[in-house]
Amino acid sequence: MSLWKGAGGGTGGCCARSSSSVVAAAAASCASSHRGGGGQAPAAAPQLLAEAARPPLPPSLPRSLPGPGTMSSGAASAPKPLPSSGPKSLREMPHPLATSSSEEMGPALTPSPDVLLPRSIADKDLSLPNGTPVDTSSPASSSSLLNRLQLDDDLDVETRDLFVTVDDPKKHVCTMETYITYRVTTKTTRAEFDLPEYSVRRRYQDFDWLRNKLEESQPTHLIPPLPEKFVVKGVVDRFSEEFVETRRKALDKFLKRITDHPVLSFNEHFNVFLTAKDLNAYKKQGMALLSKMGESVKYVTGGYKLRTRPLEFAAIGDYLDTFSLKLGTIDRIAQRIIKEQLEYLVELREYGPVYSTWGGLEVELSEPLEGVSACIGNCCTALEELSEDMTEDFLPVLREYILYAESMKVPADVEKCQDRVECFNADLKADMERWQNNKRQDFRQLLMGMADKNIQYYEKCLTAWESIIPLLQDKPETK
Amino acid sequence: MESAEPEPSGSRPEEEEEEEEEEDEEDGALPAPEQPLAGMEDCLAKKMEITVSEAEKRTGRNAMNIQETYTAYLIETRAVESQSEGQCAPVESLWRRYSEFELLRNYLSVTYPHIVVPPLPEKRADFVWHKLSADNMDPDFVERRRIGLENFLLRVASHPVLCQDKIFYVFLMQEGGWKEMVNETGFQLKADSRLKALNATFRVKNPDKRFTELKHYSDELQSVISHLLRVRARVADRLYGVYKVHGNYGRVFSEWSAIEKEMGDGLQSAGHHMDVYAASIDDILEEEEHYADQLKEYLFYAEALRAVCRKHELMQYDLEMAAQDLTSKKQQCEELATGTVRTFSLKGMTSKLFGQETPEQREAKIKVLEEQIQEGEEQLKSKNLEGRDFVKSAWADIERFKEQKNHDLKEALISYAVMQISMCKKGIQVWTNAKECFSKM
Repeated sequence: MSLWKGAGGGTGGCCARSSSSVVAAAAASCASSHRGGGGQAPAAAPQLLAEAARPPLPPSLPRSLPGPGTMSSGAASAPKPLPSSGPKSLREMPHPLATSSSEEMGPALTPSPDVLLPRSIADKDLSLPNGTPVDTSSPASSSSLLNRLQLDDDLDVETRDLFVTVDDPKKHVCTMETYITYRVTTKTTRAEFDLPEYSVRRRYQDFDWLRNKLEESQPTHLIPPLPEKFVVKGVVDRFSEEFVETRRKALDKFLKRITDHPVLSFNEHFNVFLTAKDLNAYKKQGMALLSKMGESVKYVTGGYKLRTRPLEFAAIGDYLDTFSLKLGTIDRIAQRIIKEQLEYLVELREYGPVYSTWGGLEVELSEPLEGVSACIGNCCTALEELSEDMTEDFLPVLREYILYAESMKVPADVEKCQDRVECFNADLKADMERWQNNKRQDFRQLLMGMADKNIQYYEKCLTAWESIIPLLQDKPETK
Repeated sequence: MESAEPEPSGSRPEEEEEEEEEEDEEDGALPAPEQPLAGMEDCLAKKMEITVSEAEKRTGRNAMNIQETYTAYLIETRAVESQSEGQCAPVESLWRRYSEFELLRNYLSVTYPHIVVPPLPEKRADFVWHKLSADNMDPDFVERRRIGLENFLLRVASHPVLCQDKIFYVFLMQEGGWKEMVNETGFQLKADSRLKALNATFRVKNPDKRFTELKHYSDELQSVISHLLRVRARVADRLYGVYKVHGNYGRVFSEWSAIEKEMGDGLQSAGHHMDVYAASIDDILEEEEHYADQLKEYLFYAEALRAVCRKHELMQYDLEMAAQDLTSKKQQCEELATGTVRTFSLKGMTSKLFGQETPEQREAKIKVLEEQIQEGEEQLKSKNLEGRDFVKSAWADIERFKEQKNHDLKEALISYAVMQISMCKKGIQVWTNAKECFSKM
């Protein structure tokens, strides 16, 4: 297992670890290599390769400390720590706009790493410790680069090199406690992983640990949320099939979101989580070092997230507020509809059989009436299925998004950090845009699914009613 | 009276033709209700167009000189024959209120006890779901009643026996003086007050099984249709709720679209379709009311059927009573004549206690009894005849009614299925449109 996690580590990320110029060139070459010569000058490439010829960087201990020197280095020409790198003391980090244009490091979103960089560069350990590639000189071009790179995100699944699944929940009964573990399966071609496949068992608190580690080590990024930690005992049965399944889905989603993230997926804690046989040992190791980290980092990572560039992120904050509100309303409407549908179903269930009773009184009308009764019965079944689908598929996804949006909001007390955290804005912005795009796709899918289910319901009913028309029109043979 | 045989199913094409014709003839009226079967060539409905075309609110003074508000209905009639000559006969019209329709129907029920007399639409709104008004003055109720009254007149006009009734004819043609005419028939006197006690049982020793079964059937039919109508009203209520809540999606999608960039348009237009969906239920349920009205007609028809059975029951009872009375008189006569007392009678006892009768007295008694016996026998004979006639003609009409009922209810079920199909198609359409909007998000 490689400790040195960088975004370019695997099959070619668009990242360079060395100096800004190199990185800039790398970025340029990423762009050009993918786009066939977009924006940047290909002339930078040779320089990049030249730089790359230097000896690989000594692996340091990325999971631990801040310290200006440890993370950034590789290239001799850039002793300055990169503002977007990992857990560092804030004091060490320069304001992005304070650096020279060539040295400015602003993160850009990496697309699927394997797409952009030719292997040769990637092999050379050129990425930043936290995997962030470095942007070109100005914010303007960074966003345009971002956009171009962003689009690459939507490429087919075949370009992905890491697949993670959560399944197979099992109950464990020990003397001290009873708990559930889930199987976490990983399939990958990334070099950071020693093996192409892993299967480990993890319990909720392991996921919780992972999330905390990610928040600490990637304070500039939005970390996906976890399902609720605590359940009220006695009210919710935390061993019920339903609860476990809901949780499993949420945990699966959590890991998939990290997997899809160009920076987070290369995080070493994530790697350990996916691969370590004994996670607890690793955790203990981490704890010792963690205690040295200092309150400042924790304090910072607590939730400054969207307060950095006031104007812009205030807008995002407002957006998220309204967004959550609207989703909440939609949740309530959906619940209300389900409730009304179930009450309708109750009446329908009484309605159908009355036709049958009537059919029992009649001779000639017996078959038609029975037919209508059966038809209504079919509609009942179809409606049941619709309500079930909405309850099981639609509502949970909707609620999860509300949770997700909520998790990105800021507690008010961290305003104090505002002036210090300007440097973190770029990662967040990138993540935000990424989130917006995913959100759009997720909702498109969710709402189309809802429409589909309703269409299917009506189609089933239509079939039922159309099929009895011939029965109703049928004339008796004898008179 | 037309043939008592049930109509063969082969007559259907002819009947359909008739139905189409009648639909063409009745301009301004809704499509003709399910018509009785073929063979009604002589009935009034073929010779005359009848519509109840308008309803009007009136105020007037009633019998107790108290001011009241009521609705009057305009009955329009036009002779059919002249149309074929290329000339349009003049339309005659008059106004009638509901109570007059009731009077007409009562008269018909009493005068033709063996006929299953078509029912009137309900007097008060019943089986309503929440959106419908239970107010008699409500325009929707008045409208549905107007249709129901027209239906009633057409039913009577299509009935082979009833359509020939003079009182009915005058009801259609002459506004003034009709009430007096009806009352002059003295039909109220003929009405057997015992029939009003619906549930009183008359112990009939030899009931006609067919009528017993039929009465039982009519009870069950009333019960099941009532149940059906009640549940249907609740179903309508709930369905209304489901559709209307979707309207909330319209609003929230609109609000949401305001904060979105790329998703905005898709959301907004999808929201519009949700509004369309929510609004569509009003028409759907209005149409379904027509189906409910068709069921209601047969609910009330079931009552009419039961009435015929009751009248027969009463007839049978009277017959048995008369026969019983005759038998006892004959016995008395015999006893007096032979001096033997075979049965215990109080008179016999008292005469024994208070002294014997003279032979003259006895003779006189015997003579009276013999007269009574003769009378009784004649009466019994005629009652028997009456009974047999009643059974024959009632049964013929019952068969006619059964045919009509089966036909009409089948049509009603088909139209209900068609309504459901239409509702499903609309649903598919709306959600497909919404899905397309979502796909553009």
